[in-house]
Amino acid sequence: MTTADDGRLAGYNFAYLDEQTKRMIRRAVLKAVAIPGHQVPFGSREMPLPYGWGTGGIQVTASILGPRDVLKVIDQGADDTTNAVSIRRFFALTAGVATTEKTTEATIVQTRHRVPETRLTERQILVYQVPIPEPLRWLEPSEVETRKMHALAEYGVMHVRLYEDIAQHGRIAQTYDYPVEVAGRYLMRPSPVPKFDNPKLDNCPALQLFGAGREKRIYAVPPYTRVKSLDFDDHPFSVEGWDRACGLCGSTESYLDEMIVDDEGRRLFVCSDTDYCGQRQAAGHRGPANAPKEAAE
Amino acid sequence: MSANRQDGPLLRVAGLGRDYGRIVGCREVSFELWPGEVLGIVGESGSGKTTLLKCASAQLEPTAGTVKFDMRARGLTDIWGLSEAERRMLMRTDWGIVHQNPRDGLRLGVSAGANVGERLMAVGARHYGEIRREASHWLGRVEIDTGRMDDLPETFSGGMLQRLQIARNLVTRPRLVFMDEPTSGLDVSVQARLLDLLRGLVADLGVACIVVTHDLGVVRLLAHRLMVMHRGRVVEHGLTDQVLDDPQHAYTQLLVSSILPV
Repeated sequence: MTTADDGRLAGYNFAYLDEQTKRMIRRAVLKAVAIPGHQVPFGSREMPLPYGWGTGGIQVTASILGPRDVLKVIDQGADDTTNAVSIRRFFALTAGVATTEKTTEATIVQTRHRVPETRLTERQILVYQVPIPEPLRWLEPSEVETRKMHALAEYGVMHVRLYEDIAQHGRIAQTYDYPVEVAGRYLMRPSPVPKFDNPKLDNCPALQLFGAGREKRIYAVPPYTRVKSLDFDDHPFSVEGWDRACGLCGSTESYLDEMIVDDEGRRLFVCSDTDYCGQRQAAGHRGPANAPKEAAE
Repeated sequence: MSANRQDGPLLRVAGLGRDYGRIVGCREVSFELWPGEVLGIVGESGSGKTTLLKCASAQLEPTAGTVKFDMRARGLTDIWGLSEAERRMLMRTDWGIVHQNPRDGLRLGVSAGANVGERLMAVGARHYGEIRREASHWLGRVEIDTGRMDDLPETFSGGMLQRLQIARNLVTRPRLVFMDEPTSGLDVSVQARLLDLLRGLVADLGVACIVVTHDLGVVRLLAHRLMVMHRGRVVEHGLTDQVLDDPQHAYTQLLVSSILPV
């Protein structure tokens, strides 16, 4: 690989995409921000990774990235998974930007399936990778009809689905990609984040951008926008909880992943947000599976 | 019957026509429907019955004429002059549409209760318990055991599906229901039961109906007035018994004489 003086890969435009494409995507982003929750079509490009791996998010990130930005990429909350590592390296090579694993240092966070536990600030942008942007997709097969339903705000059918959940399971069983209403108007799919993260979308100080590459849609939630999770008056929205703390950092407030740690089926519950967990451990917090050295000896 | 407004027709169709290119769907159809009245439309296949019903119920845009409905707030209004949002709202509140094939009118992936509750949720009901109570009430009205409320429509018989579709339409207490061949595809004993039920509901609720059918027995039982269609035009129009017992037009005479005696 040949690299230019600033460490970037030679022969590529800054952040891979050409300037015309970035302009087109920025226009779509501006429109999306102007109409919170509305899906704006855009001319999605071929990217050097397969659909479903974050082609939408990566195009949005490429279009808003500047040379002084600091990029963090997470996948299921973790900084060290394949998808996160390769996207981070992609931008380090094509844009020469600084990357970080610390949520507080990043100016742009690209994410798949999670919102960081650390509260975001006004100087940050959160970019979501979205597989299916249309919240009505499995309820109404026709794209023409779903667009009409959005235009006329006919969203009763989404409640039919929630009704059905309660009728069959006694509660709303949807645990991720939980439908929300943005700014009192558009129904939106918050990408497959767990419903645990839905409250973080509401009134968030950071700009939130959603990119769906295969489906060629961009949508956005501007800072400090009302994001309401749908529910019934007598079955209000609630988030899941765990009856235990993170095995490593002892947090009882974060989203926990269940991991099998050996071939005898021993399980460990740990924070899915690796940065949050690491910060807490660095500050001296310990969980039951991570007793301090002195105590163990 | 709507108590406050009995001084005029509920629906006024004037000069209605619909062409499919060079093919005539229906031509120059005019009639009025009054609150609580049941109008039957009969004719052979291809006579324009379903086209007329679709045009009158806003499912198909007519190429000529007007359809005016007595809206609660503003009186007789041309439905094709409404915005699409208003028209769709009208279709799922004050109107009901019962399809020939219940599978066209139902949501097969969700339970019977959800099917009945859908219209309530579409107009903003957000209390699960109340939606359920209302759904259970309407399932009872169409003689579906409320114990089947959480079952999928797939597990229902043909007659039950048609009754479920009717309950789903009645839940918003519409003032006008359009029915396209509501009993075809059902065996005769189930047909009889459904007709009995429909007659009871129409009488109890005072809902006006337009029933399209090729079955003269159905209109004899249900309809107050009858329109006979032939080649896209209304050839005879009058009280049901009058038309069936003393047909004037040659086609009506043929139609009436074609009923197989049992």
